[in-house]
Amino acid sequence: MLVFEKSRPGRGVSALPECDVEILKPEEKDIRTSELHLPEMAEVDLSRHYTELAKKAHGVNDGFYPLGSCTMKYNPRVNEKIAALPGFTDVHPLQPVSTVQGCLRVIKETSEALCEITGMNQFTMQPAAGAHGEFTGLLLIKAYHLANGEPQRTKIIVPDSAHGTNPASAVMAGMEVINVDSTDKGLVDLDKLREVCEGNDQIAGLMLTNPNTAGLFDPNIKEITDIIHECGGQCYYDGANLNAVMGWARPGDMGFDCVHLNLHKTFSTPHGGGGPGSGPVGCKEHLAKFMPGVKVVDKDAHSGKDILSFAKAEESLGEMKSFYGNFLVVVKALTYIKMLGKEGIPEASKNAVLNANYMMQKLKGAYDMAFEPEVCMHEFVMDLSRQAKETGVTAMDIAKGLLDNNIHPPTMYFPLTVHEALMAEPCETESKETLDDAINVFLELNDLAYSDPEKLHQAPVKTPVTRLDEVGAARHPVLKYEFE
Amino acid sequence: MGTFVPNTKAQQQEMLKEIGFEKLDDLFAHIPDDVKLKGDLNLPDGMSEMEVSREMKIIADENIVYDTIFRGAGAYKHYIPAIVGNVISNETLQTAYTPYQAEISQGVLQSIFEYQTMICDLTGMDVSNASVYDGGTAAAEAVAMCRERKQNKALVSGAIQPSVMKVIETYCFGNGMELEVIAVKDGKTDLDDLKAKMADDVACVYIQHPNYFGNLEDAAEIGEIAHSAKKCKYIMGVNPITLGVLKTPREYGADFAVGEGQPLGLPIAFGGPYIGFMASIDSMKRKLPGRIVGQTTDHNGKIGYVLTLQAREQHIRREKASSNICSNQALCALAVGVYLSAMGNEGIKNVATQCYSKAHYMAKRFEEIGFQVENKDFFHEFVTTSDTDIHVILKALSEAGILGGLPLDSHRILWCCTEMNSKADIDRVIDILKEV
Amino acid sequence: MEFKKEALYAKSHEWVIFDGDEATIGISDYAQSELGDLVFVNLPEEGDEVEVGESFADVESVKAVSDIYSPVTGVVAEINEELLDAPEKINEDAFGAWFIKVKDITDKAELISAEEYEAFCESEE
Repeated sequence: MLVFEKSRPGRGVSALPECDVEILKPEEKDIRTSELHLPEMAEVDLSRHYTELAKKAHGVNDGFYPLGSCTMKYNPRVNEKIAALPGFTDVHPLQPVSTVQGCLRVIKETSEALCEITGMNQFTMQPAAGAHGEFTGLLLIKAYHLANGEPQRTKIIVPDSAHGTNPASAVMAGMEVINVDSTDKGLVDLDKLREVCEGNDQIAGLMLTNPNTAGLFDPNIKEITDIIHECGGQCYYDGANLNAVMGWARPGDMGFDCVHLNLHKTFSTPHGGGGPGSGPVGCKEHLAKFMPGVKVVDKDAHSGKDILSFAKAEESLGEMKSFYGNFLVVVKALTYIKMLGKEGIPEASKNAVLNANYMMQKLKGAYDMAFEPEVCMHEFVMDLSRQAKETGVTAMDIAKGLLDNNIHPPTMYFPLTVHEALMAEPCETESKETLDDAINVFLELNDLAYSDPEKLHQAPVKTPVTRLDEVGAARHPVLKYEFE
Repeated sequence: MGTFVPNTKAQQQEMLKEIGFEKLDDLFAHIPDDVKLKGDLNLPDGMSEMEVSREMKIIADENIVYDTIFRGAGAYKHYIPAIVGNVISNETLQTAYTPYQAEISQGVLQSIFEYQTMICDLTGMDVSNASVYDGGTAAAEAVAMCRERKQNKALVSGAIQPSVMKVIETYCFGNGMELEVIAVKDGKTDLDDLKAKMADDVACVYIQHPNYFGNLEDAAEIGEIAHSAKKCKYIMGVNPITLGVLKTPREYGADFAVGEGQPLGLPIAFGGPYIGFMASIDSMKRKLPGRIVGQTTDHNGKIGYVLTLQAREQHIRREKASSNICSNQALCALAVGVYLSAMGNEGIKNVATQCYSKAHYMAKRFEEIGFQVENKDFFHEFVTTSDTDIHVILKALSEAGILGGLPLDSHRILWCCTEMNSKADIDRVIDILKEV
Repeated sequence: MEFKKEALYAKSHEWVIFDGDEATIGISDYAQSELGDLVFVNLPEEGDEVEVGESFADVESVKAVSDIYSPVTGVVAEINEELLDAPEKINEDAFGAWFIKVKDITDKAELISAEEYEAFCESEE
C-alpha cells in the first residue's frame, strides 16, 4: 500500500515549534492555489511503512550480491558512523576555509591516496557518479585538444563491449564515437585499432576499462595506449573495474592520462538503491590545469596563512556540479582507505580475483564461459546460449531462479557482445562458504533447466511479486499516484 | 591492517589448490611485468576500527560547527525530523543496488514512485524522474534536453545561483549549445532584455525563483515571453521548501520544474550528497533524463513497480541517449520522501511560512539599525548593504557562534532565514551588529 | 506472417505503398515480430525532410531501440499520431499501422517485391 493510501488527515509528526515572529505571507499573485496532497502520518505509521518497504528490498546485508561490474562488496558500518559525525554533516559548503579545515583535509587526503592508487598526479572529488566522472574526463580531453589548437579531435574510440554510459558521455562532450570490435578472446583488436588511428588527426582519445567488462586483463595495454598517444589522442581509464587491480597495477603505469573511479564500487560506500555514488576524476600533470572545481592547497592565498585552502586550476573547464562533490561519500571512502592501508588494498583486490576464479572454475562444466579464459580477474561472464538452445531456459530465467534462492543475480545481458550473458562479480568480502552455497544453487538451477524448464520460466515464486508486466508499464505509463 | 576479507589464509590456500594454483600471485602470472606495481603503495599502514574512528573524529573536529546559521545561497539548514535519519540508515535500503531486479526491489521502487508523486504534487507537474545529482546538474540537464535541431540556444537569467550557472556553462561547453545570459535589473531578471533576446532558435528560458538574491521573479510574465517563440520551453528552478506557500511552477506556466532538493530533509554536509529533482508536463516526459519508476501488475495481477521508459536511457540508447546519467541520488530521494511524509501538508506550509516570516522580520530589524535591504519582494533570502566592512560584521558574529550571511562584495551580504532561526537568534544578530 | 502483395519492401524491413505522388511507409510484419512488443514510437514532424537510407523514426521495445530508415527522399506530409498513444497497433497490424506519408518524392531506395522480401526474410533467419 502506498504512503498516500495510509495517510489520514490531521495526523502528523510534532517536528516544529510555533512561529515566534509575526506571520507574514507573499502577495496574493504569488500564493499557491493548488492543493497539496502530501501524506499525513503519525511517526509510528511512518516507521512501519518504511520497515515494510525495507522487507521488500534486497541489500548486501540480505545475501550474496554477485552483480558484475557493480562491485557489490560489503559496506563497512564504521564508514556510516564516521560520515554521520556532526563535524561533517553540519558544515555549510560556503563557510570560510579556516572553519572547514577538516573537510579540506578529507578532500586532500583522499585525493593523495587515489593519486597513489591510480598513478595520477591530481584528483577532483566533484563528479557525483561514474557517468559524471566519464563526462568530466572527456571534457578534460576536449579542453586539452582545444588548448593545443586541435578542435578537430572529436572522435573517441570505445570498444564494442563498453558500458552504455561511455558512448552517451562522449556525445554529451560533443564527441563522436568510433566502436572498435574486440577479438574473439574478448580483448582489443590491435590491428583494427591501428587501422583507425594511424595518421588520424581527428582522434580525441580512447575510453577503456582494464580489466574489461568480460573480466579480462588486456596484456597489450601498453601497446594500446601507445597507439593512441602516437596519433595524438588521450587515454581515458574507466575505473568501473579497479577493484581487480588496486594495489598491484595502476592505470597511470598502463599509459592512461585520466581516470574516474567509483567510490561506491571499489571503495565500499553503499549504493543506496541507485545512489548517491561518487566519481572522482584523476589526471596526469598535462591535464591538471583544466581540472574542474577546486583543489586543496597548503596555503591560503587570501590571508597568506599556512592553512589548507581552495585554489582553481589556471584554465579550469568549469564546475561539474555545485560545491565539492558528494562529500559524505568521500568521507566514507577515506575511512575505508585508512582502514585497509597499503597492505589491505592489494589484499582486497587479490581476494576479489581469487573468489572470481574459484567460482568460475567450479561453474565451468555446467556453464559455458564467454571467451573461455584460463584465468579471469574480478569477474567472469557466463554465456547461456547453449542452455537457451537446448532447454529454452534463458539467462533471464536463471536470474529469476536465483531470486528464489535469496541470491541477487549477476548482471544480465551485458556485455552486449555476449548473447545470453550472466556476468558475475563475487567480491572479496564473500566467504568460501557463501561461494560454495551459491555454486550449488547455480548448479542446481542448471540441472533444473534440463529437467523442468517450465519451473524456471515461472520463477520467481517466493518474492513479494512475480515477474512484472514491463510492456504494459511502458506502453501506458503510470508514473505517479493519482489523487481523487 | 584492517580487512573485510572473511576468508582465512588457510581457506585462501585451500581455494587456490582446488582450482590448480599454488599461490595468489599465480593468478596474475599472465599480466605483463611492466604494468605491475613494483613494491608497496606509498600509503600508511592500515588501521583497526578503533584507530580509524579516533583519527576521523579528530579530522571532523577540525571543522567549526555553527549552532546558528544565517547563510543559504544554495545550501539550507532546516530541521530534519529524527525519523528521516532512522529510515535512511536501514542497512537494506542503504546497501541495495539500483532496482533492476524488480521482484526483490519493490521496496526501493515503491519509495521512488512515492517520491515522484510528491515532487509532482509540490511542483504541480505531471511527471518526475527518480532524481539527478543536485540542483546544478538538474538545471544543466534540463537545458540540454530542450535542445532541438533548430533550437540550439539557451537563455539563462543572470540572477540564478552562480554555481548553477557554471554547471550549465560546463554542460554547454560539452554539447555545443549556445548560452546567453539575460541581464539583471534591480535584482531580478530583466524582462526587456529577455524580450530582446527571444528568437526562433531559442530552445529554452531558464530562471530561478526565488532567485539567488532571494527575490521573487515575474515568473508568470517570463513564461509568457518564453512561450512567444513556438518551440521554446520554460524551465523554472525552484527551492522546493518555498512551494508550501508559493505558486507552483505549473501555475506560473513552466514546462519543467527543477531544483535542489537538499532543503527537504538532507543535511548541509559541506555540499553533498544533495539531490536534483526534475519534473515536467506530460508531453515532455520522454525528454526527462535518468530513471523513472512506473506502476504495473505481476503475473497474478498484483500491483507492482518497475523502472520504465528505459529506452530513453544510456544503457539502451547509448550514443543517442539525451543524458549519460546512470547512478542517481536514490537514497537522498528516499530521505526526501520520508521528510515530506513526516512534515505533511501543514508541516511544509509551516516551514515555508516560518522561513518567509523570519526573513522579513530580520530584514525589518536590519533596517532599524541602519542597514539597507536591497530587496522589495523576497522570500527567505535578502541582501543588505551597509558601510560597515563585511569582515567586521562576520567576525563579530562568528565569535558569538553564528555563521552570518554570505558576503557578495565588500559591503553586501546575502542573508537567509529558516525555521531554525529563532526570534532570539535574530535579535542577537541585530544586537551584536548594533555594536560594531 | 503477412507479406502484403500491394507493398514494396526495403531490406531494412520497411514497407512502402505508392499512391500517386505520395508514399505511405510502415514497418513489415516480419520486423514487428522480430522487435517484439513495441512500447513507443518516435515520429518526425510534418514538413520534415526524409532521405533515402536515413533514419526518420525509431521504435522502442522494453529493452531495445531500433531506427527505422526511409525508403524514399521527400517531405513528410502526414504522421500517424495514433501510434504515439497506441504503439501496440504496430504489433497487432503492421500494415494498418503506417508511420508516415511522404510527398514531393525525389528519390527511392532499391525496393523489392513481396515475394523477394519473403525470401530475403527466410535467408535472414
